[in-house]
Amino acid sequence: MPTVNLTVNGKAVSANVEARTLLVNLIREQLGLTGTHVGCDTSQCGACVVHVDGKSVKACTMLAVQANGSKVTTIEGLANGDKLHPMQEAFREHHGLQCGFCTPGMVMSAVCLAKGHPNLTEKEVREGLEGNICRCTGYHNIVQAVLAGAKAMGG
Amino acid sequence: MYDFQYHRPASLADAAKLLQSAGDDGKLMAGGQTLIPTLKQRLAQPSAVIDLGGIKDLAGIKVDGNAVMIGALTTHSTVASSKDVAGKIKALAQLAEGIGDRQVRHCGTIGGSIANNDPAADYPAAVLALNATITTNQRKIAADEFFKGLFETALKPGEIITSVSFPVPEKAAYVKFPNPASRYAIVGVFVARFGSGGTGGGVRVAVTGAGQGGVFRAHKIEEALSKNFSAKAIEGLHPPASSLNGDIHASAEYRSHLIGVMAKRAVAAAG
Amino acid sequence: MAPNDVGSTGIGASVRRREDRRFLTGRGTYTDDINRPNQTYAWILRSPHAHAAIKSIDTTAAKGAPGVVAVFTGAELGKFGMPCGWLVTGKNNTPMVEPKHPALAEGKVRHVGDPVAVVIAETKSQARDAAEKINVDYAPLPAIMDMKAALKGGGTPVHDAAASNLCFDWELGDKAAVGAAFTKAAHVTKLDLVNNRLVPNAMEPRAAIGDFDRATGEHTLYTTSQNPHVIRLLMGAFVLGIPEHKLRVVAPDVGGGFGSKIYHYAEEAIVTWAAKEIGRPVKWTAERSEAFISDAHGRDHITHVELAMDKDGKFLALRCETLANMGAYLSTFAPCIPTYLHGTLLAGNYATPAIHTNVKAVFTNTVPVDAYRGAGRPEATFQIERLIDKAARELKMDPAELRRRNFIKPSQFPYQTPVALVYDTGNYDATLDQVLKLSDAAGYEKRKAESKARGKLRGRGLASYIEACGIAPSNVVGSLGARAGLYEAATVRVNPTGNVTVFTGSHSHGQGHETTFAQVVSDMLGIPMDQVEISHGDTNRVPFGMGTYGSRSLAVGGTAIVKAIDKIVAKGKKIAAHMLEAAEADIEFKNGKFQVAGTDKSKAFGEIALAAYVPHKYPLDTVEPGLDETAFYDPKNFTFPAGAYVCEVEVDPETGVVEVQSFATADDFGKIVNPMIVEGQVHGGLVQGIGQALLETCVYDKDGQLQSGSYMDYTMPRADDVPSFKVAHSVTACTHNPLGVKGCGEAGAIGAPPTVINAIIDALSEFGVTHIDMPATPNRVWKAIQDAKAGRH
Repeated sequence: MPTVNLTVNGKAVSANVEARTLLVNLIREQLGLTGTHVGCDTSQCGACVVHVDGKSVKACTMLAVQANGSKVTTIEGLANGDKLHPMQEAFREHHGLQCGFCTPGMVMSAVCLAKGHPNLTEKEVREGLEGNICRCTGYHNIVQAVLAGAKAMGG
Repeated sequence: MYDFQYHRPASLADAAKLLQSAGDDGKLMAGGQTLIPTLKQRLAQPSAVIDLGGIKDLAGIKVDGNAVMIGALTTHSTVASSKDVAGKIKALAQLAEGIGDRQVRHCGTIGGSIANNDPAADYPAAVLALNATITTNQRKIAADEFFKGLFETALKPGEIITSVSFPVPEKAAYVKFPNPASRYAIVGVFVARFGSGGTGGGVRVAVTGAGQGGVFRAHKIEEALSKNFSAKAIEGLHPPASSLNGDIHASAEYRSHLIGVMAKRAVAAAG
Repeated sequence: MAPNDVGSTGIGASVRRREDRRFLTGRGTYTDDINRPNQTYAWILRSPHAHAAIKSIDTTAAKGAPGVVAVFTGAELGKFGMPCGWLVTGKNNTPMVEPKHPALAEGKVRHVGDPVAVVIAETKSQARDAAEKINVDYAPLPAIMDMKAALKGGGTPVHDAAASNLCFDWELGDKAAVGAAFTKAAHVTKLDLVNNRLVPNAMEPRAAIGDFDRATGEHTLYTTSQNPHVIRLLMGAFVLGIPEHKLRVVAPDVGGGFGSKIYHYAEEAIVTWAAKEIGRPVKWTAERSEAFISDAHGRDHITHVELAMDKDGKFLALRCETLANMGAYLSTFAPCIPTYLHGTLLAGNYATPAIHTNVKAVFTNTVPVDAYRGAGRPEATFQIERLIDKAARELKMDPAELRRRNFIKPSQFPYQTPVALVYDTGNYDATLDQVLKLSDAAGYEKRKAESKARGKLRGRGLASYIEACGIAPSNVVGSLGARAGLYEAATVRVNPTGNVTVFTGSHSHGQGHETTFAQVVSDMLGIPMDQVEISHGDTNRVPFGMGTYGSRSLAVGGTAIVKAIDKIVAKGKKIAAHMLEAAEADIEFKNGKFQVAGTDKSKAFGEIALAAYVPHKYPLDTVEPGLDETAFYDPKNFTFPAGAYVCEVEVDPETGVVEVQSFATADDFGKIVNPMIVEGQVHGGLVQGIGQALLETCVYDKDGQLQSGSYMDYTMPRADDVPSFKVAHSVTACTHNPLGVKGCGEAGAIGAPPTVINAIIDALSEFGVTHIDMPATPNRVWKAIQDAKAGRH
């Protein structure tokens, strides 16, 4: 079985996986970080989005072995201790979540989208989130949250 | 998915060797954005997956005279945000920006897209319309020779795309009518006009998403545009529905109509 | 803030949600996040055929595959039948046909996705690998797909018990009176409609874990359910024969439901039964593509509807003939959706004096159909509001004016409709006025001209809606065939130091009950919100519960909490009277204090709580110690949220693409506890409604294969498909619950589809297009334009 070595949320981890193991399975099942979710099997919904080397990717569409040597950030690694990341705080303030299932992926995508772009427009946010499906919120408040979160991140 | 042997060669030569030794059941993987979903649905059962991600010199963008050369492992997001690409062939950067979603663009690559030749993929339209040259570890292949049908290319067993070289057109634009669900192209039309000094001059128009045999050139539209590069010149010109796909999202008749509309819009966007 | 000042968190405040922190940091606990020691994994082998006899099943190779613990088929699990919770009785007192729905197929499969076998293995991959080694010998049969053809009979029916595939033939209303009204009508408008089949698609796929404790004999089922007690009752009593005291059902954080997680599904029974059988926990989690062929679908009606009017456009009568697809089996509440949640709503917001409806429910070789957000009410609203719009066009009347002319007026409440319901209150003119203003009706012509200048056709659509929510009086639904009561239960436990734990039978899967309910409790008891904990979703903690659906949580579940608090306060007064040496009648409870009226003598809520648990100076001869009260609340009537919506669309005539440019809503949900959450519910409902109108549909081919079986082909609305919304409210308080609330969860999904389609028809009216089916996809809109131009409509 291949071994993968990763840095996940700042901590070095090592795991033996089958080659067919997806990054999301490694994260959820072997590392026990269940904040990253699986909502579909065709790489559409974005519930599984994490950052690999700083970029948002769908952890259901990357083999764990492909991520060998990478730095991975999951939703659990976003807040600074008890202090929420500005994007998390914006989602809370603007009611950008309901059932919470798509939320981790949505927030991870939003953080990547907003990085370096404090003044996103509504259109940019809506287009930038096309890879994340939410069934609860109708997106209205998610858009408000991301606009505010991007500002709070300051780019 | 079924299990497989995983290899991550560090060089092109090693990759070719591994591919050779895996025989018919070996699969190359670039960004994995098509292969992994296919494997997840158990639609393929390769004995070995050879991940090209470890071969560093396969990624990158270079302007080479009157052409833009894009390494096979260059991601869509890199192409979309490249100043070189935007400066020389803005339509190509815009096409890359419209593939899949941001997460897919962070991983998916031009080489993977072209080698797969999905009939609804965007890049094949650019390759064909811009008369690009595909370089492999063995040879150079002209765009017109490369795409052979649905998911079929001129690539031979053991052959690996290393880069794609796009001649810089005088004008170009790509307009896509996406599938509302998958966001692949229902119809995508790439229009390119080359000056007489370029690669033979003239206008090339490639259509993706609609053809029964995958990406194709719309010759009648090309001819009309060669005489008069304006949306008006191609009013009412579109390939017959009988040669096109129909599915639950778009009938062949509708696709036929859309080709005409997208072509006109591409011409207008090309300026 | 003073300790008892709850102004900023009380009823009416947009308190930020308490559940968000765990969801935002990845610390929610959904069913698939739970792992039990020594757990195994189940994979369900499903039928690839829509209709086939099973000649044989050979599981030998699968049983010998790596990691396999057990393989079961209908031979072991076919004896368990999944129950239906509602008996509809049709014309001539004929009960519906209620065929057996085996947990695993017995001898025959009836839809693509019908479960045939379960493989249990050490890993999910091993279970799936082994499932491919099961050899099922199928003899395919022609699929029964088209409802009209199905009713003609012929061929092998879906169920032998229903030779012409008819489940029931039901009617409501005075047919003769309707017939008479039509004969004297000055104008009749007719319309044929399809209400497209939808897949609910909660983002969390269904999952279930069965666990069995040999020491205690207790089963535990963790499941993605909107109503864990209902699952315990149905599965325990009607499927597996496990008594309630030995069956615990836990529905932890649940990632959306929209109806699809109300029902008792076979997988829940399979993992519960198998866990005992193999002596290890069994976990099953659906793949999304599996969800498409195993979650109950929604809608799927074909309807002909007619409206009779006098010369002034006054409605005289309405009649409606509907075919409702049940799918291959009766899902838990399927029969009541097209009948009691659809036929009874056909009065809409209007004083139509005579209404008759006939609904034929049909079996087909498709996934079972049941309630999906709105459930019956979107179908009724679509019929009425599309029909009125068409009538207004035919009469060349302003559609708002035609509606106004026929609205039930405030003075007419309580209003008895001709289709059984009694509306308690409402003000339909008020919401209409509000939405016309909010949507800038005055500026429309200018916007239309601007669109035209860009080559786009602008259209404006209006619809009103009413829904019956907060289901329901148990004696009423019982007389209509429900096999359960529809009350709600709550326990309010005041702990000795004055903080409060509330156990509610409602279940939150996105609605924010942990916040809204805590606001109500905090407001009523005058204690800070952080002193209130809301507990739900575990049958071992909550006394009982009928769960969350039909926009009932606050109206019914919230009222149960209020009733329990009333008991707490009543008892607290007794204790306070004793402690303050005053008469009980003189004690008033206000702002968290029990006070002797007209004096400054008082005891704080916390002091009373402590006295109840440390009863030293306490009226022990008349009052029990402790402060812990339970209430069951059975509503007196449905609640009737209503409203009016306006949207504007732009159609690209070259491509048929429709873009929703703006959407404004004016809802009357009665009193509102948390406006932020209510608005969020409206937004979500609107996008599901816009999704139905423009994007979503289930497409089966003639062989019963689902063509739109994944997100590659089933168009889920995404952020770039919809606009931002303008949302407003007006209030007529519900007259029969103490909070005055009506429910808000389904409104958007009910009101949006006719609003959008009416706008599209408005945009296309210049071509003479009078109707378009949902979803109005670009291809469909383009073709409607082509056909109209060619005179083919």
